[in-house]
Amino acid sequence: MKLRLIRRDSASRLAMFTAPVLALVLTCVASLVLFSALGKDAGAALHALLLKPFLSWYSFSEVLLKMAPLLLIAQGLAIGFRANVFNIGAEGQFIVGALCASALPVYFPDGNFPMMLPAMIAFGALGGTVYALIAAALRTRFGASEILVTLMMALIAVQILNYLLLGPWKDPRGFNFPQTVMFPDNAMLPILFDGTRTNISLIFSLLASVFAYLMMQHHFRGYQLRTAGLAPRAALYAGFSAPRMVWLGLGLGGLAAGIAGASEVAGPLGQLQRSVTSGYGYAAIIVAYVGGLNPLGIIASSFLISVIYIGGDSATVSAGLPVAAVEVFQGLLLFFYLLTFTLIRFRIEIDRKVTA
Amino acid sequence: MSQPALLRLAKVSKRYGSVQANHEIDLEVHSGSIHAVLGENGAGKSTLMKLIYGVEQPDAGKIHWNGQEVHFARPSDAQSLGIGMVFQHFSLFETLSVVQNVSLMVPGKPAELAQKITDLGDQFGLSVDPHAMVHRLSVGERQRVEIIRCLLLNPKLLILDEPTSVLPPQSVRRLFETLRKLQADGMAILFISHKLDEIRELCETASVLRGGEVTGRVDPREHDARSLAQLMIGREMPNVAHAAPRPPGEERLRLNALSHPRASRFGTTLEDIDLKLRSGEIVGIAGISGNGQQELAALISGETRAQEPGMIEIMGKKVGQLGPMARRKLGFAFVPEERLGRGAVPEMSLADNSLLTAHSRSMLSRGFIRRSVERAFTRECIDAFDVRTPGPDAEAGAMSGGNLQKFILGREIMLSPDLMLVSQPTWGVDIGAATAIRRRLLDMRDQGCAILVISEEMDELFEMCSKLHVLHKGQLSAALDAADTTPQEIGRYMIGAVT
Amino acid sequence: MSGLEFLLAGTLAAALPLLLAALGEMVVEKTGLLNLGLEGMMAIGAAIAFICVYHTGSHLLGFVAAALISTLVALLFAVLVIGVKANEVAAGLAIGVLGLGLSALFGKSYESLTIKGLPKIDIPGLSDIPLLGQTVFTQDIVVWLSIVGTVALWWVLNRTKLGLIIAAVGENADAARSIGYPVVLIRLSAVSFGGAMCGLAGAYASTVYTPLWADGMIAGRGWIALALVVFGTWQTGRVAFGALLFGILSLGELTAQAMGVGLPSQVLSSLPYLVTILMLVVISRRRSDLI
Repeated sequence: MKLRLIRRDSASRLAMFTAPVLALVLTCVASLVLFSALGKDAGAALHALLLKPFLSWYSFSEVLLKMAPLLLIAQGLAIGFRANVFNIGAEGQFIVGALCASALPVYFPDGNFPMMLPAMIAFGALGGTVYALIAAALRTRFGASEILVTLMMALIAVQILNYLLLGPWKDPRGFNFPQTVMFPDNAMLPILFDGTRTNISLIFSLLASVFAYLMMQHHFRGYQLRTAGLAPRAALYAGFSAPRMVWLGLGLGGLAAGIAGASEVAGPLGQLQRSVTSGYGYAAIIVAYVGGLNPLGIIASSFLISVIYIGGDSATVSAGLPVAAVEVFQGLLLFFYLLTFTLIRFRIEIDRKVTA
Repeated sequence: MSQPALLRLAKVSKRYGSVQANHEIDLEVHSGSIHAVLGENGAGKSTLMKLIYGVEQPDAGKIHWNGQEVHFARPSDAQSLGIGMVFQHFSLFETLSVVQNVSLMVPGKPAELAQKITDLGDQFGLSVDPHAMVHRLSVGERQRVEIIRCLLLNPKLLILDEPTSVLPPQSVRRLFETLRKLQADGMAILFISHKLDEIRELCETASVLRGGEVTGRVDPREHDARSLAQLMIGREMPNVAHAAPRPPGEERLRLNALSHPRASRFGTTLEDIDLKLRSGEIVGIAGISGNGQQELAALISGETRAQEPGMIEIMGKKVGQLGPMARRKLGFAFVPEERLGRGAVPEMSLADNSLLTAHSRSMLSRGFIRRSVERAFTRECIDAFDVRTPGPDAEAGAMSGGNLQKFILGREIMLSPDLMLVSQPTWGVDIGAATAIRRRLLDMRDQGCAILVISEEMDELFEMCSKLHVLHKGQLSAALDAADTTPQEIGRYMIGAVT
Repeated sequence: MSGLEFLLAGTLAAALPLLLAALGEMVVEKTGLLNLGLEGMMAIGAAIAFICVYHTGSHLLGFVAAALISTLVALLFAVLVIGVKANEVAAGLAIGVLGLGLSALFGKSYESLTIKGLPKIDIPGLSDIPLLGQTVFTQDIVVWLSIVGTVALWWVLNRTKLGLIIAAVGENADAARSIGYPVVLIRLSAVSFGGAMCGLAGAYASTVYTPLWADGMIAGRGWIALALVVFGTWQTGRVAFGALLFGILSLGELTAQAMGVGLPSQVLSSLPYLVTILMLVVISRRRSDLI
């Protein structure tokens, strides 16, 4: 007997919804086993991971706070991924976005001009975009793999951040901590709900989702990107410029990551500090894939991953789970998603060998 | 015959998803005979061979070898019993040498194998340099390597899958002589083909396959091509009679000393190609694929940019360095040889595949896709070109080769081009669809379109074209008037005997 | 010890994790697959090896355990890519994240603990050579075995039928299948080999080279190894050469820092990444492949 994958005549809509749900269930089961094996209270861990974030308004608002950068970056990345442009160094573009945005309040700590915040966002957007476009230039000019280049650039970005925080940008009155001055109020994003830290960057992310949806599902440019990803030779045949797809895919990813980085320092952090490298850029890759690279799916998956982040924080306290458990959970989720995703494209047929 | 058959299939069936590829096939092959399996594209010949060679396993039915029931779980099982197979699309590795390719299947030290290759080559007229790299070999030589590789395993049964489809007429002669020698040596040969004349010349028994079933067992020498064809397609051969072409009009395509270096060591360098094509005529480019056909098509379509703008002129404009979209705006359309992944995106619906090249047909409004226009266009294409599909939402990847080709050709024709390039229009397409495709092209010609056809099928070129060129090793022959030349003459160009 | 002696003595050891991981990945890519999860497979190997050596004191056990666990993670990749034909890039990233996460999870309680490294072994005769003898020719057993292993791998890939089969599967899997080779099994073995090599690479990093476990200690070496395969154009000798080059580079960074070169340490730390990018640009200029 052997299992065979038979291609479906058209993608099963039902499977498109069941695959992620099934993946989540399998991830929970696998995590239960793993956490129990580590001698942790697995039930409490899962309770903390998946339910606690919903049990108070504040923790739910924290979910929304996390969701903003994840959603924004993932929408940008998914556009590239669909065109087979694999920007996996969004973390670097995120950091550079945060750096560029921070430059303003660092050099004008009491700069009381009204355009401070919009200028910071613009700087962040520009920084993230340019940083990503370096990879686009190397890919289109020299054929250097954008996978490796963006990743290396992300590692370099961390070093730039360290250099600035330990050297020229260090707050002189910060007790030698590697961090900049606290930003003035006019450098901070307005809070969305009183009493929480959720700010208007969530609105940016939702707007970006609408933009991504319109472009990828209904605009010719999105069609060209999808074609380039599904069948590069068909894109060449139709005359869609391959370099343009690379520039666009990387540029939009960098733009989104840059804005997210700017929003992070102008939002929950309120200054540039080392914890800005919290792995949003990497987590967004998982968000993008688990969302099926679909703008609507990504809204759901970014929410789910945010829940796990916030849940993970409380699980460290209530179930003694290390922070790394969140990473494991994310890895498992992507693994099981890719496994169950097969259900969408193929159906499984059991092939019984004839034996006389 | 008293002696049991070497190979006997009893009611062998195989299905793929909803497609019954083989249904209760009975087949017998005897030592010292050449047995033909005859059928058109999609009749189930390839599936049957895969079952016999152990690449796939049957769902039902039995396979007997020398009277014993056998099961082939993998090709090596079939090989160990003495079954050898020469594949239609060769299973050789281009980055390896001939000896290395052979040693992947045949045990032995390289030096010994090289000697054996030379010896066998002398014995059966299959000469080839054992140390040559495969990517340097011509198609005919590659086929010889395939055959030698099988023969070195001392097979009792040799299966050849459409062996002549890639050969010029002269090489076909040579192959047949080799096969007759092998037959005289007592080998059984299973010869798969859709070319009726060849089967009548070579084989003494034939099984005709249609729609996955055996529809007849005949002695092909006792039937004429017409009645064999009827068995094969189940109805009268469509009679193709065309209006004579009118005198051609203005020049639409011109290649001026087009030269282009190969992109990789597996490619072909094009040298000094001159060609003229005028409205209302069909010009054909004959030759075996791999002699620069893909490179030439990509240069004309704009997928590859030429080195000088003036090397290619479309509608009198120097377009050598323009992209495909700019050339299409001038009235150019192109049907490529690969349907899936180039002419169409497998994972997209037919409607979305219309958008690929027909977006200029009011399908966009400020860049946004107008789904209703896209669908209406697709429906019209499906109806007008007899594309058998559930509708515009069906995915291109789920369609048969012939239907998808009709769709792509239809899409390109609906752009009402003034100049069309059609590459291998009927590769892997069943006879009905192939006839329809050729008729469409002739209609286009009569409406004044200039058409360039690149094809390996000589019959097809003679049927449609008024002028023929031959592409061999990157060089294009001068134009030959189709009325004045013969397949034999074209064949001599194809092997480089004349230039 | 002078700077030169330091370089001579340390280059091989510094290069070793890169060498092992890159050679493993090279075999995977030769069969036509691409596994991006090196970083994760190295990390989990490093963590498990450290834990094993800490409890048993046996480096052999540590290396075996690391090879096994990383092979297991690699097999998850195989399930996705060979089994259900999932996107290679996504699958590689998935097991990369998983490996990193698991390493942090398992290694959590072992951070800041210490174990013993491995003793250096002199090669009789060679170790008497002035300068080189007590530097280049004084290495631990793993280095010596890896050199032998690299030569053996070169021999297998270039001089044996197995090497021919691997090349054939990589060039045209369908043809290899049709002449009777078990393509799935060959690829599965290659992916397992790649995983095991990453495990050994991680084990060396955490139990011999440094020897300690810290979260994030692989520090991009998995990705650099991936780039080395491109740099080495899928040839054993060139990949090994590239690994040595990076070995020197990473030591140069340490030496420069020790000597207090007037550059910020971050510039030196970025050097391997910058060189990797530069290398990709120079090598890829001649090739149009994606990776």
